[in-house]
Amino acid sequence: MPAKLPARLCSLLLSLLLIAFALPALAGPFEDAVAKFANDDFSDTEEAVGAIASSGNKLAFPIISALQDGRLMADPDSKKVYVTGTDGKSIDAATGEAVDSVPDSASAVRLNNRLRRSVDAALGSLTLQSPDVGTRLQAAQSVFKSHEEGALEAVDAALAKETNKSVKAALGEARAAILLFKSDATEVEKLEAVAILKTRGDQEAMALLTGMGDQPASVTKAAASAISSIQSSLAVWSTVQNAWYGLSLGSVLLLAAIGLAITFGVMGVINMAHGEMVMIGAYTTFVVQEVIRTRYPGLFDYSLLIAVPLAFLVAGAIGVLIERSIIRFLYGRPLETLLATWGLSLVLQQAVRTMFGPTNREVGNPSWMSGAFELGQITITYNRLWILSFTLAVFAILLAMLRYSAIGLEMRAVTQNRRMAASMGIATSRVDALTFGLGSGIAGIAGVALSQIDNVSPNLGQSYIIDSFMVVVFGGVGNLWGTLVGAFTLGIANKFLEPVAGAVLGKIAILVLIILFIQKRPRGLFALKGRAVEA
Amino acid sequence: MLTKSTHDIAASFSRRGVLAATAGLMLGLASLTGAKAADDTIKVGVLHSLSGTMAISETTLKDTILFLIDEQNKKGGVLGKKLEAVVVDPASNWPLFAEKARELITKDKVSVVFGCWTSVSRKSVLPVFKELNNILFYPVQYEGEESERNVFYTGAAPNQQAIPAVDYLMKEEKVKRWVLAGTDYVYPRTTNKILEAYLKSKGVAQEDIMINYTPFGHSDWQTIVADIKKFGSAGKKTAVVSTINGDANVPFYKELGNQGIKAKDIPVVAFSVGEEELAGIDTKPLVGHLAAWNYFESIKTKDGSNEKFIKDWQTYTKNPKRVTNDPMEAHVIGFNMWVKAVEKVKSTDPDKVIDALPGIEAPNLTGGVSKMLPNHHITKPVFIGEIKGNGQFDVVWKTPGLVAGDAWSKELDGSKDLIGDWVGKKCGNFNTKTNKCLGSGS
Repeated sequence: MPAKLPARLCSLLLSLLLIAFALPALAGPFEDAVAKFANDDFSDTEEAVGAIASSGNKLAFPIISALQDGRLMADPDSKKVYVTGTDGKSIDAATGEAVDSVPDSASAVRLNNRLRRSVDAALGSLTLQSPDVGTRLQAAQSVFKSHEEGALEAVDAALAKETNKSVKAALGEARAAILLFKSDATEVEKLEAVAILKTRGDQEAMALLTGMGDQPASVTKAAASAISSIQSSLAVWSTVQNAWYGLSLGSVLLLAAIGLAITFGVMGVINMAHGEMVMIGAYTTFVVQEVIRTRYPGLFDYSLLIAVPLAFLVAGAIGVLIERSIIRFLYGRPLETLLATWGLSLVLQQAVRTMFGPTNREVGNPSWMSGAFELGQITITYNRLWILSFTLAVFAILLAMLRYSAIGLEMRAVTQNRRMAASMGIATSRVDALTFGLGSGIAGIAGVALSQIDNVSPNLGQSYIIDSFMVVVFGGVGNLWGTLVGAFTLGIANKFLEPVAGAVLGKIAILVLIILFIQKRPRGLFALKGRAVEA
Repeated sequence: MLTKSTHDIAASFSRRGVLAATAGLMLGLASLTGAKAADDTIKVGVLHSLSGTMAISETTLKDTILFLIDEQNKKGGVLGKKLEAVVVDPASNWPLFAEKARELITKDKVSVVFGCWTSVSRKSVLPVFKELNNILFYPVQYEGEESERNVFYTGAAPNQQAIPAVDYLMKEEKVKRWVLAGTDYVYPRTTNKILEAYLKSKGVAQEDIMINYTPFGHSDWQTIVADIKKFGSAGKKTAVVSTINGDANVPFYKELGNQGIKAKDIPVVAFSVGEEELAGIDTKPLVGHLAAWNYFESIKTKDGSNEKFIKDWQTYTKNPKRVTNDPMEAHVIGFNMWVKAVEKVKSTDPDKVIDALPGIEAPNLTGGVSKMLPNHHITKPVFIGEIKGNGQFDVVWKTPGLVAGDAWSKELDGSKDLIGDWVGKKCGNFNTKTNKCLGSGS
């Protein structure tokens, strides 16, 4: 007998223990699902997302949005999952209780693209009735993208309550997308859905219509006509888009060439180191951003505004230095100038490579230069739009300066008739230095803008030098307006050729066209006339 | 004359400038002035561009070899002799590669050369290595279709990078429509040819494949990104397989980010974008885009070999932020294989080392052991990594074991019967159907 008692006790203890261990399992499907995050397995995470999204638990939204932002931490040892808030406070994901700190062994739950899509879809249906209009709109759009049948109820509920017009439209589109793919939707519902997508009329609507699979004959027919109407409207938009891309490419070409239009066009110096001035401007931007990042992070959005005058000064000063030390000894000897400036470009490249290293440097886009907005059916990116406006502003200022300022007058006088200008008391060699400095400084400014769309590397300038010469020669040497028209003509021609011929052939075709054009009109689009030409 | 003189200027200037190359210059000078140390050191040639377009990628590899030699010398060198690096700068100029290779072998009497990045530079030095019978270790992923007696390919062949990446997209992302975008030169063109044949063999229709080439250094990606967007809106899951090279990637990814193409909609898997390239971009808009490599800096190893390598490398370069990448790992494997082979035959004689190398094993940095194969390629694991917000990669998939590199692609009609075998057949392009060696000239 005495031997039996401990045995019973043991079994009792054992069953108690078992119960204790089984408790988390008994805690319900929600807690189970949360624990799956700790497995570090993409399929488990996906199951967990699905289960949590449909659980109706009030923790579902914080957990899934934390997962999206990488704030969901899982501890593989204890299988506990935590949500760290944006304010630094953390809660236990299973219970919602606040915890003091997340253990060090916990790491953020990993996502892959498939999971990101299901997270978006889950968040979409969870935030359809959010108080914030922007969130609701985003939610409706992500439901439209995922168009899962499960979200239909949530969409209908949200639609009934929605008062905002654009959110309502987005919800209607989401509903249409779901119905189109729902196998047991009625024919009438599907026809309505097709009509709604037709009015939406963009590429995504077309993607849904083309990918909808087997449908009743009437729906297929309606879809086909919707597709062809969307296609024809998109074709018109694509022409507009090409024109916009052409303008934007033209603005980049103009910006790169405008400094050269002064040094080569006005002064007649074949400056092969022009590209390096652009590069120096880009590196100035990099240095400015580095200083701002380490010292005054709050000013980051203004970094470009600060970089513009600095880049002008740095590149301009280097330009004056080059003119004083090299180029002024070589006036009237184009071949020597070409060789000397080319050598100089190699020296400058290597100097930058030595100072900053051969690898690309990161120049960030300020918030106002990132992203895009939709205009009709085309996407306009902010950085291109800003660069276009910036280029035109630089052009206007330069033009005004040459026309209305004293130094502009002197510059024009010297280029038109050096000896006459000298005898009128203009210090021609000072004007030469300043003109070269001005051209270089503007190249530096171009570098600030180009750092936003291209690599900041020692090779940056090389990729623009040929294009710049092409623009200046094509537009007509010595004429700023020619450079403007030349740049935009080349940009637009390039962008209309590219979709047809491809980027490589397009470029070749442009070169051939220019060669032919120069044969016909050796002085470019806007040739200078009169005595100034030979001066 | 013109080109030569300016390149000499560039070459000497860069030597003076690049930090660690100062040592190389001194060694180079020593070798020019009579090579008095010739007998007690073994010379190792480093043939990587330190100026020009390719400097961005190749400078790191030069530093890697200097680092490895330094480490090896700390361990006592090889065969009781110290190793001595001879660094030259071919300045991203393909003919200059051949010239500099000849200089390394005939004048500096190096025992082995580690070098080249682009395929065209490798093709340019090939005749020199054959004629003078020396060894080249080539560390970069390339298009395959080659197996030479004097060259050891430590980078990935297409079946060790491109094909597994496409498999991943098909299985995991259920991709049905493919954009093959590349820079217009031999590596992307051959790789895309192989991929196109592979995709078609998997039942992908011609209209679901879009192939697009761009010039080197292309910077205006607006049209192409818009085209990709359009191609992706045909109702089928679309992905971009990118063989876009070097600098052009930064504006490409920036445009993708700005036009709002997210990885979850149209993922881009790249074969030429590594940690080094990402160092120049803000990667937050790119999170989720993919890269396929045989090594990622972020890989955690059980024995800590990768962690130790990164730490030693950062100490050596005195830069705690210096990243590591795949071609660097290839050099590490190749260098260690060469050291082992030399120690095995107790000689640096190229003929003996070439015969000894197949079969030699060396640990890679991801916890496995790579082996030199008879076709002069090596076995490697393949990883698919997702770009993270901090410019590193998160490995989302890897091959179960090591993949043996195929010198000749099994997907192309012209090469599917060919094998390279320098052990049994002594031939780089042996036709298994006709049982004949095609010999040199291809």
